[in-house]
Amino acid sequence: MSFEEKRNWVYLGVTAAVYLGYVAIILGRAEGTPLPEVAYAWPILGSIGLAIAATIVGSILAAITAPKEVDKKDERDAGIHRYGEVIGYYVFSIGVLGALVLAIAEVAHFWIGNAIYLSFVLAAQISTAVKLVAYRRGFPSW
Amino acid sequence: MKPTKVTNAIRSLRFAHGEMTQAQLADEVGVTRQTIIAIEQGKYSPSLEMAFRIARVFGVPLDDVFDYPDPASDSAAEKHS
Repeated sequence: MSFEEKRNWVYLGVTAAVYLGYVAIILGRAEGTPLPEVAYAWPILGSIGLAIAATIVGSILAAITAPKEVDKKDERDAGIHRYGEVIGYYVFSIGVLGALVLAIAEVAHFWIGNAIYLSFVLAAQISTAVKLVAYRRGFPSW
Repeated sequence: MKPTKVTNAIRSLRFAHGEMTQAQLADEVGVTRQTIIAIEQGKYSPSLEMAFRIARVFGVPLDDVFDYPDPASDSAAEKHS
């Protein structure tokens, strides 16, 4: 497994774990109060920060396990990255469109903020999953 | 889905060149070993530049390393058979 593939596995695991942690915190804070009244700003910002930090730490750990592979990134890695990012872009666009509809409908900020955050997480998960499949099965050369 | 129709003779060329390993070829070409594996298995079609670098390692023309099926000759062969 190349270093770039390992990094994608790290990113997939971190984004999923951090988002699940965020949901657990929000549900824990809710306990009886309506969700739109739950203070979500710091948990969202904190989880984004944690995801970035955990991805960096995970990548460093992956680099320690195979130091010779760290600098090796070639055109196939770049092609797979582009392929996954394009898919992620479409997922994120659809999610943000949903958030826009929520804003037009003037729903609580809680739902709009969470729709954007969920879009971000889903885009990251799906684009990373697509990249990992592409590493194993190949990808179209368009 | 087959990602590429390009076929190659890298595996046989490696063995013909002192049983060169995939890792050795990868180092010579400047790519990861996984990319050489993907090319050999037909899961990745390299860029023209990488294809030339691979051919240069073996000291052979590009045509001796890579092949692309010609639909015209394939259909002609089917008619003759």
